[in-house]
Amino acid sequence: MVEKTPFLDLFTYAFLMLGIFIVGFPIIYSLIAATLSLEEVSRVPMPLIPGDQFIVNMKEAWSRGDLGTQITNSFIMASGITIGKIAVSMIGAFSIVYFDYRFRVVAFASVFCTLMLPVEVRILPTYEMAANVLSPLQSLWDFLHLNSLMSWFSGNDISVTLNWCLLDSYTGLILPLVASATCTFLFRQFFLTVPEELCEAAKIDGASPMMFFRKILFPLSKTNIAALVVIEFVYGYNQYLWPLLVTTNPKMTTAVIGLQNLIPQADDLPEWNIALGAAVLVMVPPILVVLLMQRWFVKGLIEKEK
Amino acid sequence: MIKRSFFKSKYLPYLLIFPQLLVTLTFFYWPAVQGIFQSFLLSDPFGRKSKFVWFYNYIELFTDPLYLKSIFITFTFSIAVAFVSISLGLFIASMANRALKAKALVRTMLIWPYAVAPAISGIMWLFLLHPSYGIVALAIKEWLGVNWNPVLYGSDAMVMIVMASAWKQVSYNFVFFLAGMQAIPKSLIEASAIDGASPFKRFWFISFPLLSPTFFFLTVMNIIYSFFETFGIIHTVTQGGPGGSTNILVYKVYQDGFVGLNLGSSAAQSVVLMTLIIVITFLQFRFVEKKVQYSG
Repeated sequence: MVEKTPFLDLFTYAFLMLGIFIVGFPIIYSLIAATLSLEEVSRVPMPLIPGDQFIVNMKEAWSRGDLGTQITNSFIMASGITIGKIAVSMIGAFSIVYFDYRFRVVAFASVFCTLMLPVEVRILPTYEMAANVLSPLQSLWDFLHLNSLMSWFSGNDISVTLNWCLLDSYTGLILPLVASATCTFLFRQFFLTVPEELCEAAKIDGASPMMFFRKILFPLSKTNIAALVVIEFVYGYNQYLWPLLVTTNPKMTTAVIGLQNLIPQADDLPEWNIALGAAVLVMVPPILVVLLMQRWFVKGLIEKEK
Repeated sequence: MIKRSFFKSKYLPYLLIFPQLLVTLTFFYWPAVQGIFQSFLLSDPFGRKSKFVWFYNYIELFTDPLYLKSIFITFTFSIAVAFVSISLGLFIASMANRALKAKALVRTMLIWPYAVAPAISGIMWLFLLHPSYGIVALAIKEWLGVNWNPVLYGSDAMVMIVMASAWKQVSYNFVFFLAGMQAIPKSLIEASAIDGASPFKRFWFISFPLLSPTFFFLTVMNIIYSFFETFGIIHTVTQGGPGGSTNILVYKVYQDGFVGLNLGSSAAQSVVLMTLIIVITFLQFRFVEKKVQYSG
């Protein structure tokens, strides 16, 4: 930097190493535990030299936790949320920024206010909603006494029950998490910085709104999309509360939830090597995404919170 | 705000905003309204009969010592998590910002815990702090002479979830502090160095004040994180125990409503949380947006 400070530099690097060590320690330690046999892992303190049981433990964790199915589920959920969120909020932002219509401000405000309603504050009603998505229509139906109206009309007893259950389905895992105020806001901010001339030129050349979106706006947004892909993939993959609520079938649950069953309880064999092996395995995909797309990730993280 | 040049179309804008609105209405607003409505009802666990009881659920809630305890626990927990993770993040970021070489490598090595799910962080710390097998627990017992047992003692369990939550959040704070520090103009630092300010003084009198918006922003974000996103950690590590000593508000909503089927009380708790997050969001926009100057 600006002056020579050998001692302080030494101090800096020493503490930096320490910081990296503290941050990395739980993961490295879990990785070591995953290579040990049951007898070694329950020794106190656990040996810090990796053992040779890694493959055995991984196989055991894979089959016992049904990780193949669950990681696939996590992938489907994470990709669904990522693609859905970006698509929905991008066209939403396009509508808000590039069109003038009566309910524009209302639409934006109502999307924006969802910031204040995370799943955590409306657990039970959202679950009821997922159990029957058509329940608002059902209440409307009942309120208008349409059953008796129809019975009267046709002369027979007719009763209509509207039911569409999202529990234990991919739609149920993905759909409720697809709306995002932050993504819409990010795209809106970005679209506002796009030069006016581009739109004017496109209009002069006779491009339709969708043509402008496809040929100009979409290519310009590629960096933003890349950044959001990283953030939203990690977000979707690591979801906990929502999959816990909507899935009861172990075949439909996600990997992060499934891990819970592998944690040794007080009366079980202390098979921490299996539990931690599974944990390490499950955390690999999002870590890879973050590390491989680090540049986009940092950009996305900082942009998104603006 | 709208563009100066915009398109005119009768139906297209509605069509484009429709999916977004449909999802928000069905999965955000309708449940929220339902929740508010339910909080005024007293119903049997099967939801067959219900009675309108005005503020009964709220009065019950705020006279319930368990709920008051849960509020206290939540605040203690979130302040502890915010303090630990922000100070560690700031410290590491200030070190990383000084490192001349290998800045990118250092950042890579510090960034990845962000991708670890809170629940997985919980599992790892559960092992590290396990009363009979954990190595960190062993160190605490040996060096500090504490009779460490998070399965029995509430305060130990609290320390455990604070560690698991703060560890995961350090890298998030680190990214923001580092970005904030790199946005500080070099000329300011150099000018003060010419004036003879030591690196510590430069940090304290220049970097730190200029980071105050980041600081405030991260405090808000960390508190939101520890309020709402640590659910996975609580669920895997302590399940609110022992004796309700780690039963934070969000976990209590889940337990009372989803497990205990006390619908009215759970709905009232949801409404309290909703109010809380509205206040936090309001504060955030009121104070953060005005004072922070981001440079793109």
